[in-house]
Amino acid sequence: MSAPSRTDNGVDAGNGVEVPGRFGPYGGRYVPEALVAALDELDEAYRSARADLGFREALWALQRDYSGRPTPVTEAKRLSQYAGGARILLKREDLNHTGSHKINNVLGQSLLTQRIGKSRVIAETGAGQHGVATATAAALMGLSCTVYMGEEDTRRQALNVARMRLLGAEVIPVTTGSRTLKDAINEAFRDWVTNVETTNYVFGTVAGPHPFPTMVRDFQRVIGDEAREQVLERFGRLPDAVVACVGGGSNAIGIFTAFLGDDEVRLLGLEAGGDGIETGRHAATLTSGLPGVLHGARSYLLQDENGQTIESHSISAGLDYPGVGPEHAYLRDTARASYLPVTDAEAMKAFELLSRTEGIIPAIESAHALAGALVLGRELGPDALILVNLSGRGDKDVATASEYFDLAEQTEAERDLAERAPEEQ
Amino acid sequence: MENRAALISYLPVGYPTVEASIEAMVATAGGGVDVVEIGVPYSDPGMDGPTIQQAVDVAVRAGVGMRDVLRAVEGVAESGAVPVVMSYWNPIERYGVDRFARDLAAAGGAGAITPDLIPDEASEWIAAADRADLDRVFLVAPSSTDVRLAMTASACRGFVYAASTMGVTGARAEVSSVAPALVARVRAISGLPVAVGLGVSTGAQAAEVAGYADAVIVGSAFVRALLDGRDPAAGARAVQSLAAELAVGVRQRS
Repeated sequence: MSAPSRTDNGVDAGNGVEVPGRFGPYGGRYVPEALVAALDELDEAYRSARADLGFREALWALQRDYSGRPTPVTEAKRLSQYAGGARILLKREDLNHTGSHKINNVLGQSLLTQRIGKSRVIAETGAGQHGVATATAAALMGLSCTVYMGEEDTRRQALNVARMRLLGAEVIPVTTGSRTLKDAINEAFRDWVTNVETTNYVFGTVAGPHPFPTMVRDFQRVIGDEAREQVLERFGRLPDAVVACVGGGSNAIGIFTAFLGDDEVRLLGLEAGGDGIETGRHAATLTSGLPGVLHGARSYLLQDENGQTIESHSISAGLDYPGVGPEHAYLRDTARASYLPVTDAEAMKAFELLSRTEGIIPAIESAHALAGALVLGRELGPDALILVNLSGRGDKDVATASEYFDLAEQTEAERDLAERAPEEQ
Repeated sequence: MENRAALISYLPVGYPTVEASIEAMVATAGGGVDVVEIGVPYSDPGMDGPTIQQAVDVAVRAGVGMRDVLRAVEGVAESGAVPVVMSYWNPIERYGVDRFARDLAAAGGAGAITPDLIPDEASEWIAAADRADLDRVFLVAPSSTDVRLAMTASACRGFVYAASTMGVTGARAEVSSVAPALVARVRAISGLPVAVGLGVSTGAQAAEVAGYADAVIVGSAFVRALLDGRDPAAGARAVQSLAAELAVGVRQRS
């Protein structure tokens, strides 16, 4: 029996884009032929699962009873004063089991792994959140699990390495190339092509070859579907803007998708500006990259004149990626969403502000979204409603943050808080 | 041509240096290689194992680019062997697909092998290769369905590259047992020669593959010989003697 060729498959890639796995000129499959059969198998399994009420119910039961969905929307009232008085609403993906939105996708893909009868999952991870989520689902479903993580990231995110090992996963530090997420992805693809008969690749973001960008988006869109309903119910209207951080782009697509048809809702993605775009040390792919092919799809990427991928830089391991999902490239080109860089310093200031004004320590990734929301709030003013995807919590970042803030005796945020204190009383 | 399988060597441009890599390629031709696969260094070589990664990483960090690759093509063409470029897709796209095809043809190249470009995504490349009268070689794998095997073979010109095993490049103790079946499947639907790659490193393995395929591709073993060479001259001697051993192998069809 032969699998259908991909031209036969009828997945609607969204946004009125009818070609499977294509988002305008982006997406597609730039992979070794050896992986095509596995991608077809996954695509076929996904399409049949999506149409299967039993699968959808099993996934929803896990999301509700295991992960804790729906996640709440919290209004950040004390943070509002730093956003020009705009009302900031936080979609609390940080409250998911395992601490980030990554579990949404992983539960779906792990159920699919069982459905296609494979016993082993592999994953790449940057900050470790996707790796922890995959290790968690593997433990839950009795799958064996190997996670590839850049050696540099295993140091930055040592806590998550320990968590994955506690959960029974094998963590393999990747020592090739830049020793970060992009190299972990290369290594995971090499494992997959070698062990494809027993192994499913649980890809963590909306990048990679078809069907990953579509499938991961669909598993993540629950974030925006819930939030849109929650905001409408609580505030009687849609938000003026929806804001999220973008590395590969899964949490951003997850919250954007429900609002794509709401033309009056502005969609803003914040990329990792690292030390600043002008320094060249950043991960702002949509801001300063060029279209090309990386990790199996056409999208924007940071590349040099020879087409070599340029190593990215960010204080946030989860955003430290020189590529981006193809649907974001399409949303950028069509101007349905806009994308701006946030530097390490701006993100860390927002990180500290949220911790001190709301008692919520965000992931440094999510702090990039907060920093963007603060700027946007000052632009939109006090009547604005801004929905921010708080994609993860900051437990994993405590070491990084301690090191960062010990550099200065009194931080910028502390000074701001001290100046504002009288007004607040 | 003699009634024997062809021998194809792979070496990446820029390891240990551009000049030394060209000399090594020419040395493989001197040892009896018929076709030289000239590797374009790439930062994210997803189909390559540790040996080729290690060499390519040196070339990428040195900033080796398509101009260097085209010089290698000229050098190999002058040696009398047939130059074929092997490149992941992004370096070709960044250089310009049409420009790449024109410049490759002008340098004396016969065509290009594109390991991460499947025919489904290759319309621009196929058109450019046609205009420049270049061969285009796509890969088939043991996991390819019959439908894809036929589609891929019909998109190829020159030869079909059969990946002997599910996995990445690198020397293996035994050549995969699924390779003969894959070659037979291609033969059943295509008249093009079939070259087998992945895992061949010794004369005996070359002889075995030459028994059922039209060409034997050896990559990591040549790269390993260069990596182990004390200096470029020793590396060139080592690849030449490996080429000679393999050339005897392909004449011995087991």
